[in-house]
Amino acid sequence: MNTFKMWILSLTASIVMMPAAFAGTLDTVKSQGFFNCGVSQGVPGFSNPDENGNWSGIDVDVCRAVSAAVFGDPDKVKYVPLTAKERFTALQAGEIDVLSRNTTWTLSRDAQIGLEFAGVNFYDGQGFMVRKDSGISSAMELDGASVCTNLGTTTELNMADFFRANGMAYEPVVFEKADEVVNAYDEGRCDTYTTDKSGLAAQRTKLADPDAHVVLPETISKEPLGPVVREGDGDWADVVRWSLNAMIEAEEFGLTKSNAKTECALTSNPVVARLCGKEGATGAGLNLGESWSYDIVTMVGNYGDVYETHVGENTPVGLARAGSPNASYKNGGVLYAPPAR
Amino acid sequence: MSKQSPKISNFIFNKNVQGVFYQAITLSLVILGIYYIVQNTAQNMVARGLASGFNFLGVESQFDIQMTLIEYSPTSTYFDAFIVGLLNTLLVAGIGILFATIIGFAFGIMRLSSNWLVAKIAESYIEIIRNIPLLLQIFFWYFAVLRALPKPKQSIEFMDSIFLNNRGLFVPDPNLGEGSSILFYLFWLSVIISIGIFVWSKKRQNKTGKTFPAFFTSMALIVGTFTLTLTALGFPISFEYPELKGFNFKGGMKLIPELVALTFALAMYTAAFIAEVVRAGIQSVSKGQTEAARSVGLKEGLVLRLIIIPQALRVIVPPLTNQYLNLTKNSSLAAAIAYPDLVLVFAGTALMQTGQAIEIIGMVMGVYLFLSLFTSVVMNLFNRYMKVGER
Repeated sequence: MNTFKMWILSLTASIVMMPAAFAGTLDTVKSQGFFNCGVSQGVPGFSNPDENGNWSGIDVDVCRAVSAAVFGDPDKVKYVPLTAKERFTALQAGEIDVLSRNTTWTLSRDAQIGLEFAGVNFYDGQGFMVRKDSGISSAMELDGASVCTNLGTTTELNMADFFRANGMAYEPVVFEKADEVVNAYDEGRCDTYTTDKSGLAAQRTKLADPDAHVVLPETISKEPLGPVVREGDGDWADVVRWSLNAMIEAEEFGLTKSNAKTECALTSNPVVARLCGKEGATGAGLNLGESWSYDIVTMVGNYGDVYETHVGENTPVGLARAGSPNASYKNGGVLYAPPAR
Repeated sequence: MSKQSPKISNFIFNKNVQGVFYQAITLSLVILGIYYIVQNTAQNMVARGLASGFNFLGVESQFDIQMTLIEYSPTSTYFDAFIVGLLNTLLVAGIGILFATIIGFAFGIMRLSSNWLVAKIAESYIEIIRNIPLLLQIFFWYFAVLRALPKPKQSIEFMDSIFLNNRGLFVPDPNLGEGSSILFYLFWLSVIISIGIFVWSKKRQNKTGKTFPAFFTSMALIVGTFTLTLTALGFPISFEYPELKGFNFKGGMKLIPELVALTFALAMYTAAFIAEVVRAGIQSVSKGQTEAARSVGLKEGLVLRLIIIPQALRVIVPPLTNQYLNLTKNSSLAAAIAYPDLVLVFAGTALMQTGQAIEIIGMVMGVYLFLSLFTSVVMNLFNRYMKVGER
């Protein structure tokens, strides 16, 4: 009798405990009315909180664009600050729905660790920062240097490649948090600090005396940074991918945050009309409302608006866009969006 | 009433039968729960395209590590990285335990001193150190060390061969020349002979009551043999001196500031707890024991060594084991100040590059569990050896 009861019990238990199939992220997000966006713990220009805890930056604006597309409101986002080490686990575990945290797109991340990259919102490359008084002018002079960097980034691998390829010795000093890296470099623990060049420009603003440091000219790697979602949820990946593409395409066709309202009313260009949500029913395919791309441009802005607001030359980060890969392909950059149609 | 029904109800209401039944249910629920977790994890990992298995251990790691006790380069495997991290953890735990024990015993005894000043110094040390979070202390020592030390070009020098700067402590590296293997054999031989002397003198003392200065004899034997052979062989040791080249010193042996700060913080912190354990142990030995020992004519040193400490150790060893375990586990805070321990290297960099969180965290947990159980076993053996002999 004991055994019989046990069998009944285990049978019921195994039926009850069958793993539930995943509901799509898009449906879940729509029904809960917001989504979670993983950001950095503070990289000025990319994702940085102000004194009131409001996040801003170009990585934050990717999440705001997704929010505008899904909800018609850019602020239905909960920001979750993450270290480089935590970010992928947080995404895999469902703690966040989009990871927009200057994350480099690589093969192993795409194929091996259950991530899907939704595009590139910043083309970057790894560089080195040194003290001006060290007299160093090229990364090739760094033989024997102590190098401070962040744990859990492609940076660690790139610098190993760089020093190995050039037959130079070095001492890696690897910290878990970005602030600790900056602090240790500032205290003189290292001769140089390495990360993506945009990161160097951003973190430099945190140093005791930013003008005493200089970024070396060499770029030792390709770092295409972009938003990431969980693998195996194509609908949600599409929403994030096309929210980013819409920002880029809006710029290509001259639709900006300030002129979108008037342009949309007057336009005779079918591409612009599609971006304005007047033609083509692009929203239906993404399970979004037809005004999704119009909302992105009017509420968040096109790529150029976002770039100039947060990292452009008139900001403390001060990264010139002209001549960089981040310029639109029309101006000789590599920023190019597939057509939103 | 039929004959059977009372039998069945007897059986059902039998306490033993009920007990077994409920235990069986609980056990199977636990097993089902574990099975469900494993199954669900595996299924979700496949659904999300996560790699699994331990094949990654044989793949080239492609990253560097700041401090390695074995040969390691970016072409070494992830398993090598695991070993490097493990050895670095063992190193910091080992040195930490050694210093924590010495400092802890010193302060524990000082706190019981009849000298007011000495006792108060020990008391304030203990109360301050053990009431500040360890992570803060690690940061404090790390940045204190970094700030206090000069840049490589203004290094503090000792006799042109030892250099100290904010990149670490550089000392000459001894290289053993030809014939030095004889040195090692003779050294170990003299150690074995010394152990023999100890055993013999103990036996003789038990039999005849005569004492023999075993400690001094064996020290003289070991040091004497070593020096004599060294001279006879004509000093086959050459030193590689550190030299300032470019950014920093090259050659020689190097002690990185991260290791110094971490060991220092761990040892100081744990020592404060050990001091209290030692105080408790000594105070647990009743005054009568001391008085009795004195009255049979033992000298002060012998009273402590033969009467107080053996009895105090019975109280000290179990909580001391706890402190050793704490120190080993606390060493994982190394990641905060870039000391490349197991957590930083393997559960940090390697995990990030492979994304195989479950396997890697599992291995790291296994290591800490093994280290803790191993320490426990050793300390339990020691405890058994120290316990009161039943007569």
